[in-house]
This record gives sequence, structure tokens and C-alpha cells, in this order.
Amino acid sequence: MSALLPLRLSEVTVAAGDRTILDRVSAKIEAGPRTMILGANGAGKSVLMRVCHGLLAPTSGKVEWHAAEVSGAPRRQAMVFQRPVMLRRSALANVAYALKAAHVAGRERARRAAEALEHVGLADLAEHPARMLSGGEQQRLALARAWALRPDVLFLDEPTANLDPSATKEVEAIIIAIHAAGAKIVMSTHNLGQARRLGDEVLFLHQGRLVERAPVATFFKLPASAEAGAFIKGELPWA
Amino acid sequence: MIEIVALSLKVSLSAVLFATLLALPIGAAVAVARFPGRHALVVLLNALMGLPPVVVGLVVYLLLSRAGPLGQYGLLFTPPAMVIAQTLLILPIISALARQAVEDAWIEYQDQLRSLGVSGIPAALTLLWDIRYSLLTAILAGLGRASAEVGAVMIVGGNIDGVTRVMTTTIALETSKGDLPLALSLGIVLILLVLLLNAAAFIVKEAAQRRYG
Repeated sequence: MSALLPLRLSEVTVAAGDRTILDRVSAKIEAGPRTMILGANGAGKSVLMRVCHGLLAPTSGKVEWHAAEVSGAPRRQAMVFQRPVMLRRSALANVAYALKAAHVAGRERARRAAEALEHVGLADLAEHPARMLSGGEQQRLALARAWALRPDVLFLDEPTANLDPSATKEVEAIIIAIHAAGAKIVMSTHNLGQARRLGDEVLFLHQGRLVERAPVATFFKLPASAEAGAFIKGELPWA
Repeated sequence: MIEIVALSLKVSLSAVLFATLLALPIGAAVAVARFPGRHALVVLLNALMGLPPVVVGLVVYLLLSRAGPLGQYGLLFTPPAMVIAQTLLILPIISALARQAVEDAWIEYQDQLRSLGVSGIPAALTLLWDIRYSLLTAILAGLGRASAEVGAVMIVGGNIDGVTRVMTTTIALETSKGDLPLALSLGIVLILLVLLLNAAAFIVKEAAQRRYG
């Protein structure tokens, strides 16, 4: 199987009516580093992720994976959303559902689903109805569901935006573990501390444009663009 | 009297069963699929919820009468004819309400399902199963309509004593004959039965909501 990455975005533009949400974004996303998509609310982070993941077609421009996706074949990428969407069935059954959709056979499916719940610390709640779990538990379940699929690329759209600090910490640890297991991480966040903790490189979006791309350390120490500088100052007024 | 109540239940519940089997796929398909004319179909389904029972009765009467296209089966003035008429009557009700419920769920689920590579018929089935307890409301609306209507069963059934006489047609007949106590008591039985079925459905739905969220 040829590598899914790199992902090439060429002049990707998304417009809704006369509003431009993404403005000619071009980037090459390589396997390996944990990529943080950083920017203020409304900068176009979520839309960019949805375009990359194929949930939204760009108005113009191209999204090209190194190995093009075959329609009908299991997907090699997964996504975790800001608000997890769980089916009205048990936690385990939610993971198994995703595996079934990815054509994983019955016995292997049960094994991988149980293993994924184990990884995120939800093994004890496997038979619990997924929608009755707490917000933090549901987000861990969403991560388990994505992890079980063993994706080449995992997109995470502000996965901790609705969570308290301790749940956020758990989710971050799981993201690091999924990366260590070999998945490329592409994650959007407006939280600078989180980008620092989790990121290797930063793509900074401002008003739909990709303004800056840099390794995390460089980005925070010496932002090249005025917009990034202002964003870092604005987010950390005491720094 | 028992006979009349039993036939009423049999006809209306059969109609609900057949209409549900047809309506859920129709509702889910209209909710999830995107095709030209979809909006027109949504409006049509919603409008047909108000279909007058006598008109449905008349159309089915014409179809099933000796000279009609389905006349050879000799169904007119039999319980199956009443089931057919009531099925057609409530098909749009259940379809339209199911369409709305599935579409609301689709808005919530579609990104997640498409992310997992689930679309088309599997997606529609997943949605239907996931909101199965909400769909009870749509089915109950159909049952309410079927058990309450008199126009359609009167025309295609003919209100024949011991064959096609049901509660609503008996009430209409006894009222016109002046036997008001009998008409009224049948009316009360009818209302109680509908109440009972709704209460049962409510309990099931509540229990499910507590169980699955």
C-alpha cells in the first residue's frame, strides 16, 4: 500500500456567498511531525480540516493525497470533532461500528474495539451507553474510535475546547500516544499552551489565509508575521 | 361489540404496520438523498398529511371496484380493502414525520458518518436505528389518524354488519339511528384504546431515553 501522505493543498479557497473562509491556502503536509493549525476563532481552522478530510469540497483549488482515496475502500484517515457524536449504543459498540464501516472482520473487530477502549482508559465503561458518558469520557471514546481504525492521519478539530483541565490532560496524553503508535497528527487549536505542548510545527491561519508556518519553538519565540505576533501577545497578555 | 373493537384494532394496526414498513425507507431516503425535485417532494409529503379520508376512500373504491384496475381481486367491502385505504391515508403522515426526524439526526451525524466512510443506504439505516424511539411518535401519529377516521373505511368497507363494521362506522351509524348511549360508549372505548396505546409507547420511549440518552 503506497503512503497516504504527503497531502498537498494548492490554492485551496472556500467561499460562502461573498464571504471568503479560506483564501488560497497552499501547503504540503508531510508524514511525521505533529502539526498544529493555530488561529483565532473564525480564522478558518475547522474549515481547513474539513476540506483536508474530504467533508467539504473547496470552492476552488486542489486537495491531493499522495495515494488517492478509493471510493468504497476503508478510509485511511480519521477525524475527531470538537463535539463528539455518539450513536445510541454502548461505548464498545460505537467503536465496533466504526471498525465495521472500515470492513474489519467480526472477531478482529471485537478485539480491536476492546483494545482501543483499554488504551483510553474506558475498558470499565465498555458496556455503558455512549451518550450517557461525561463530555471528557465521550471525547476519549471518540479518540478510541479513531485510534481503533489505525489511521495514517488523524485530524483533531479543537478536541479539548469543551473540556475541563483534567479531561484536557487525558485527551492530550492520548493524542501523544496515537502519534507514537504511528499516526500523523493534524490538530486545530486556539490554545497556545496546547499548541506548545503537543505541536512540532505550527500552521498559523489568519482570516482564512495561511500566514505563517514554522517549527513550534521558532513560532513562539520569533513569529515572522505581525499577525502571529499579535495573536501570541493577545493570547498571553502577561508574556 | 367485542368483534367490532377487535376488527377496528386489526385493521388500524395492520395499516400502521404496512405504512411504517413503507414510510420509514421513504422518509429516510428523502432526508438523506439529494436529488432534483427533493424540495417539491418534501412539500408534497407534508401536504398529503392532511389528505381527507373520504378522498382516499373514494380513490381506493375506484381502484378496487369491479370495473376498476384491481377489481378482479374482489377486495371491495372486505377488511383488506380497509387496510389498503388506511395504509394510503397514513403513509404520508409517517413518511413526513420520519423525514423530519431523520433529517434532524442527519444534520447532527453527517460529518461523523462521512468521516467513517458511511453514506447512502447504510447511513440511512444507522440513522433510523439510532432514532428508533423518536420514530415511535411518527408511528403513533399514523395510528391516531387510522383509528379515528371514518370516511375511508366507510366507503371501501361499506359498514357491513359482522364483516366490515368497525368502531367509527358504528358510531356514525348508531348516532344517525338515534342510539346515542351505544354510540357514546363506543366512542369512549375508542378513546381509551388510543390512550392506552399512546401510554405504552410513551413508557417505552421514556425508558429508552433514560437507557441510551
